[in-house]
Amino acid sequence: MKLHTISINNLKRRKAKMAFLTIGLMVGIATIVTLVTLTSSMSTDIEQKMDEFGANILITPQSNGLAMNYGGISLGGVTFDQREIKEEDLAKIRTIKNHANISAISPKVIGGIKIGTHDVLLVGVDFKSELKMKQWWQIFGDAPKGENEVLVGSDASNVLDVSSGDTLEMKGETFKVAGVLDQTGSQDDALVFVALPKAQKLLGKEGKITMAEVAALCSGCPIGDMVTQIAEKLHDSKVSAIQQVVEGRLKALDQFKRFSYAIAGVVVFIGSLIVFVTMMGSVNERTTEIGVFRAIGFRKSHIMRIILLEAALVSLLAGVLGYAAGMGVAKVALPFMAESKDAALMWDTTVAFGSIGLAVLLGLLASLYPALHASKMDPTEALRAL
Amino acid sequence: MAIIEIKNVKKQYQTGSDVVEALRGVDISIEAGEFITIMGQSGSGKSTLLSVLGGMNHPTSGEVEMAGVKLYQLPSEKLADFRAQHLGFVFQSFHLIPYLTALENVMLPLAIVKMATVAKRDAARQALERVGLGGKGDRLPNQLSGGEQERVAIARAIVNNPHILLADEPTGNLDSKTSEEVMALFRQLNDAGQTVVMVTHNPENGAYSDRTIHLKDGLISA
Repeated sequence: MKLHTISINNLKRRKAKMAFLTIGLMVGIATIVTLVTLTSSMSTDIEQKMDEFGANILITPQSNGLAMNYGGISLGGVTFDQREIKEEDLAKIRTIKNHANISAISPKVIGGIKIGTHDVLLVGVDFKSELKMKQWWQIFGDAPKGENEVLVGSDASNVLDVSSGDTLEMKGETFKVAGVLDQTGSQDDALVFVALPKAQKLLGKEGKITMAEVAALCSGCPIGDMVTQIAEKLHDSKVSAIQQVVEGRLKALDQFKRFSYAIAGVVVFIGSLIVFVTMMGSVNERTTEIGVFRAIGFRKSHIMRIILLEAALVSLLAGVLGYAAGMGVAKVALPFMAESKDAALMWDTTVAFGSIGLAVLLGLLASLYPALHASKMDPTEALRAL
Repeated sequence: MAIIEIKNVKKQYQTGSDVVEALRGVDISIEAGEFITIMGQSGSGKSTLLSVLGGMNHPTSGEVEMAGVKLYQLPSEKLADFRAQHLGFVFQSFHLIPYLTALENVMLPLAIVKMATVAKRDAARQALERVGLGGKGDRLPNQLSGGEQERVAIARAIVNNPHILLADEPTGNLDSKTSEEVMALFRQLNDAGQTVVMVTHNPENGAYSDRTIHLKDGLISA
């Protein structure tokens, strides 16, 4: 017989009340776990999307020329015969303080060229980094492997009447159409892509580039800082952050996260109230029992230990069940709430131990006053008989 | 040698604007090994006197000395320790803990004692055997008769070998036959050297004790 024997046996006796108390706290913990896990899983999903969606920093020459759009993105003062960036300067980007966050740098040279009777916008790219950045591209055929292979946008392929495997001529040189892009809905549909060195040669812009896109790994990386750092290295260029739609979604998610935490806070408060009321009721019901304990020599601290141990055991159970239930709900809800159907559920040990720890802490805090109240009971008053 | 000395003990209760004098200057001296019954009508102050003796009710004035210790000069928690080590209580309504077995109920005073669980269990079994319930240790209180519950309560009171056994109307809820058995048990414990102080309103119980103290209106009348 030890003090915990009393606590455990009392919990066994009051199964219904303890189940009510457990469920009350469990619902609060499950809500927190669900919301934290959902927001964390959705954030990760969107951040991955941002990485997949490519560039989030754009480098263009300082220019007062005509505005032009590329892929729906403002390129500032780029024109065909505008000032260009020196290709060798791009190496400086790798020397910035946050260079570890740089996933890919995709330089481009852009210029008009005649193919047959058509004026076409030719874009010289580094296919390796371009394909890494534009993972949504669907290519019918293959990605270009050599300098004499091109990738043609879907609209351009219609106008030029070419498909993968065909050839086309630019400035007297023959190029094989390695692949044709599936419709993207962007300006890429109207372009012809060729390897960067070849495009520079065809357009007479050796060693120069028109613009560069930089993809940074976005999980918490300081895009604003990186823009400043790159701008300091490339004095003659304009460096700007691309405001992607996903960033807006992250902001919306952040608001959802804050709203979720507010809801979770209210639910936890109600859970704590349930614990408080139930424990207080339990203490009042056990007045005689506590009087007996005090009469036979239990100290106030012994009474507190009995009550708090009961609260801790129930809270521990509520924490474990709440975590399991919360993760279950999050698993079911995630496909409906995340951007992608295959968004991964985040199993975080911090959430697991945090939620169980929070349940025990809340249970103990909410039971502190009832325990103090019990320990201060006058044994004579409590027993009445004496 | 007196194991209990109470001198000029007064106890007043405030009920609203009225002051009720439950004890109005009581002096009692009880020798070790004595069996004392305290008798009196309802409201005479006998239960108040027992709670004062039990270290649970501070007298308004006067002195209570037990086993050489001035009880109410002890801090609250030390007083609790004193109760645990030196006193055993038998309550009128038994007050067994309903979710503990008879054996666990008897072990209750030992829950706060540093002692091996096996030793606690042995002590509780011995106490149950002394009250004639050796074979019913695993029963819950609601599976026992009133007399058996009273015996479990007595076993709980003696399991820690207290200097003094205090009992408040222990036969108040029992039929006459069971009452006789319980009183015989108290007599038997006293014969074995246990000091017993019992509050009762039943004059027949007085026959089992060495001495009877009569209380009337908060004063000893005989």
